[in-house]
Amino acid sequence: MAILVIAEHNNEALGASTLATLAAAQKIGADVHVLVAGSGSQSVADAAAACEGVVKVLHADNADLEHATAESLASIVKANAEGYTHILAPASTYGKNFMPRIGALLDVQPISDIVSVEDENTFKRPIYAGNAIATVQSNDPVKVITVRGTAFDAVAATGGSAEIASVDASGNISEKSKFESQELTKSERPELTAAKVIISGGRGMGSGENFQMIEEIADKLGAAVGASRAAVDAGFVPNDYQVGQTGKIVAPELYIAVGISGAIQHLAGMKDSKVIVAINKDEEAPIFQIADYGLVADLFKVLPELKEAL
Amino acid sequence: MKILVTVKRVVDYNVKVRVKDDNSGVETANVKMSMNPFCEIAVEEAVRLKEKGVATEIVVASIGPAQAQETLRTALALGADRAVLVKTEENVEPLGVAKILKEVVTKESPDMVIMGKQSIDGDNNQSGQMLAALMDWPQGTFASEVNVADGKIAVTREIDGGLETVGLTLPAVVTTDLRLNEPRFASLPNIMKAKRKPLEEMSPEDLGVDIAPRTQTLKVEAPAQRTAGIKVETVAELVEKLKNEAKVI
Repeated sequence: MAILVIAEHNNEALGASTLATLAAAQKIGADVHVLVAGSGSQSVADAAAACEGVVKVLHADNADLEHATAESLASIVKANAEGYTHILAPASTYGKNFMPRIGALLDVQPISDIVSVEDENTFKRPIYAGNAIATVQSNDPVKVITVRGTAFDAVAATGGSAEIASVDASGNISEKSKFESQELTKSERPELTAAKVIISGGRGMGSGENFQMIEEIADKLGAAVGASRAAVDAGFVPNDYQVGQTGKIVAPELYIAVGISGAIQHLAGMKDSKVIVAINKDEEAPIFQIADYGLVADLFKVLPELKEAL
Repeated sequence: MKILVTVKRVVDYNVKVRVKDDNSGVETANVKMSMNPFCEIAVEEAVRLKEKGVATEIVVASIGPAQAQETLRTALALGADRAVLVKTEENVEPLGVAKILKEVVTKESPDMVIMGKQSIDGDNNQSGQMLAALMDWPQGTFASEVNVADGKIAVTREIDGGLETVGLTLPAVVTTDLRLNEPRFASLPNIMKAKRKPLEEMSPEDLGVDIAPRTQTLKVEAPAQRTAGIKVETVAELVEKLKNEAKVI
């Protein structure tokens, strides 16, 4: 029995989500192998081989995998799936894109976004935007699983010394789908899903310019900046700022919600944060029902004060 | 170009769902049902492609109980030309959904299938990708923009780091994200007209598809509830609490 974890990476470094996925794999048990598919990605394969508990790394390096498509990734994984009882990947937009394809190719029903491992066949996952938690048992011979990163403590990135085996992926490159371009949000701040502190703004911010007030506080706290769906839909900030059911799921030490009313959709993405602070002028806003510290006040008065006080 | 668009009938997104007392699932009896919001976006995108002259015919398909007819009628009122209901009382898993849709797609031969990226009940985010794999078609998931030109499509996708654009040969599957478009409301005359549009019914058995579930839901529980904490009066008090009580800054 062996488990294959598909690494998320940028061809230079292993993504933090992969370390959490490795933790879920180790809870299932058995030998954990990692597949790294990329281009010029030796440093990623080395990093995967150094992770705690990893016994083998499969490394598919090919110029056409610099921005690997779901079609190519699924084909590579299927070609190397023999002998694995579980195939895991992070439940990020990366993993969610190709993992269902693997399920279809192997004729198994994947299990998305697990938050706990009960045993090797049984897992918990949120449904209805996290308003219910289902315990699901799989009867398939191979379990294809995506893992919610915030639900598992990352394994150590050091201590392992796995062998690295090269995999030829040249026959698995899809001609039907081609990467054309990307526009990544550049930021010096930590990534939302990895940040210890997050400060998010909602519709109450009123404009994109006003988000500068949030950014200044974020920089003082070393925090990431997030937003509610309403703020993204209004065009205040880009889509990748969105925290919520269909955006990013976060669970930092401290989450500060500013001008966010607390729609179910948003709460689904941040209610596992350790400490939640809500700043809103509407005393009845649902966000106050889950906040550890609530401040009923005008954010335009409070944010400058907060910046000074930190 | 012919487009197949899929719709699912789900608990309305404004309903706060309640877990059943026996932990067998969530309460769906006497609860308002609607078209899954991501499917509304899919229908809207298909209709816009038809209005632009890119699409010539829109077929809308759903899998579900007899009441899913209402969801299909809504899609017809929004601009789809005809409907297919694969009727079943069973809860069909995404793998079964993909297998049923594969048969529908094989019958209809669309150039593009547009689906919601996930339904807001199961939150699986799988069916579109699985259909694409079963058809050996390319996919453009989590789409925020779709451009059709010269027998190909460019799909801009919402990814964790920002946006990514992929070029796909047709036929292809596209799944919608929130910001692809803002769905319209059906007008009363169009709702009346939709009643006369063709709606064909069939069963998974008619299509020769095995939808036996591969997973079992052992129980469904309410999540751990957070309780409201305290209200602070001033920023100074807040900062003091965060430093000395919560010790998070």
